[in-house]
Amino acid sequence: MTVLSPTRQQAVAPEPEPRHRRPSPAPYLLLVPTIAILLLALGYPLAWQFWTSAQKFGLAQQFGRPPQFVGMANYVQLFTDPQTWAVVGRSIAFCLVNAAITVVLGVLIALLMNAVGTLPRLTLQVAMLLAWAMPVIASMTVWIWLFDWHRGVINWLLTAAGLDFTNHNWLEQPLSFYFVATVIVVWMSVPFVAFSVYAGLTQISEEVMEAAALDGASPRQRFFAIVLPMIRPVLMIVALLQVIWDLRVFAQIKMLQDAGAPTASTDLLGTYIYRLGVGASDFGMASALSIFVLVLTVALSFFYVLHLMKEDA
Amino acid sequence: MTRTHRRRIRPGRLVASVIAILVALAWVFPVYWMLNSSLLPNTVLTSTTPRFWPWGGSLDNFAAVFAEGTFWPALGMSLAITLTTVAFCLLFAFLAALAISRFRFRGRASFVLAVLFIQMLPAEGLFIAQYKLMSSLNLLNSVVGVSILYIAAVVPFTIWMLRGFVAGVPMELEEAAMVDGLSRTQAFFRITFPLLAPGLVASGVYAFLQAWNEFTVALVILQKEEYRTLPLWLRGFVQASASRATDWGQVMAASTLVAVPVIIFFLIVQGRLTSGLVAGAVKG
Repeated sequence: MTVLSPTRQQAVAPEPEPRHRRPSPAPYLLLVPTIAILLLALGYPLAWQFWTSAQKFGLAQQFGRPPQFVGMANYVQLFTDPQTWAVVGRSIAFCLVNAAITVVLGVLIALLMNAVGTLPRLTLQVAMLLAWAMPVIASMTVWIWLFDWHRGVINWLLTAAGLDFTNHNWLEQPLSFYFVATVIVVWMSVPFVAFSVYAGLTQISEEVMEAAALDGASPRQRFFAIVLPMIRPVLMIVALLQVIWDLRVFAQIKMLQDAGAPTASTDLLGTYIYRLGVGASDFGMASALSIFVLVLTVALSFFYVLHLMKEDA
Repeated sequence: MTRTHRRRIRPGRLVASVIAILVALAWVFPVYWMLNSSLLPNTVLTSTTPRFWPWGGSLDNFAAVFAEGTFWPALGMSLAITLTTVAFCLLFAFLAALAISRFRFRGRASFVLAVLFIQMLPAEGLFIAQYKLMSSLNLLNSVVGVSILYIAAVVPFTIWMLRGFVAGVPMELEEAAMVDGLSRTQAFFRITFPLLAPGLVASGVYAFLQAWNEFTVALVILQKEEYRTLPLWLRGFVQASASRATDWGQVMAASTLVAVPVIIFFLIVQGRLTSGLVAGAVKG
């Protein structure tokens, strides 16, 4: 290292490290840019949103009429509207179903990676990485093309397999729309779970597994008594992240709607806020629902953040 | 894991290998289909039987995308926004990571807590308010407006990633350099900074991926057609497909163009990204 060069004689006698004792302004100065941008781009909108959720801020206000303070009226209106509950219910159901399928498939694929030899494992890992790396929008266009009612390869394959799917429109019916959305979301989410769980599996010592096998434990018993407890921490974290992420499936749902699905019956929370705010220009209602989504996310994130804080020694 | 004393391949393992390969094929199929379709002419894609191999394919679809006027402006928008985001995000996150990993100060724990919560906030819960903010600042349909929102969205996790790298460079190295006569600043730039390069690259690529792929905020802030980023530009094709016959070959060529840089960059940071997200859950 060149630091030993005697020509640099800046501080004759270096100060004896006072920084841990005396409060120094340095750390605060270092945080200024971050805090400034967070306040501008997130803090201010957040405050505005709280304020606006308590105001009548609809189309008339967009054209200059001053907004009117209405207290909790937006929330009352929102949560007495069955449409809101339909959207909330669908979002939660979609989120839980997707997260569950993703975690189960991810664990199974991780077990598969762990069970096979190097070549099949690498093949599987490369395939998973490619799917994981695909940008959401590119994935969506590809899947929309795969499910295309007219020339999509999925309709062709199903028809070739003897089912009549000629010109079948997958996006027309809500249930079939959500099936397509689930296939896509699971496809893009499983790799993260599989890699994380696989990393956990590689930590399990071979000796323990062999000893259990010699003692007569069946593969099933070994999985539930050894493997599962060992990967529990990572499993909890990925499951929690999956739930949080699957609650915010805006791009996926929006793109599928754009490809020709009816919006009212397929909206989830994100697209519904978009429709209220951008479509109907009702900022008051959109803000109220946004606050609901934020509260839900923060509540769900609580345990994840606590877990990460433990890492911050 | 294989038990080495057993040479013969057990039937169970063979079945597992076959399943693994089949799962791999199923998972990679959409990516393959994108590439395959991007190489085939529209006449083949619209025929009743799909062609599973790009025989007779060409790069014509890519040429058509390049020749079509809208790709280049969208690429320019995406690059401008992404590079601005990466540059500022790295600078801000680096300073903040220094603060939280090199200093113990009052408010440190709350700052870390706030950062961790903020990185969980969904764009879907804020975009209306962010739209209003940018409209009152006259920054709708602008690189600056979107970049500000992106930096704020990406900086929290970037701090979290970088913090690990900064903490990984032992203070003793810096202190030794200071004993040898360097000032604190000098010691930092000569000793610590070069050791942080891999961390900066990984975090920069993370910020790049986030900004390059972002859809929600862009959709709300960049509503004019001439200011679309690549994801919005791709969406335009899908929207068109709902009403009229789409040239799927060109759409897939366009998707490929958007996806390829992402896939390359993603492979660089994948390991770091996973360990950052599930920090501590896997003993490493």
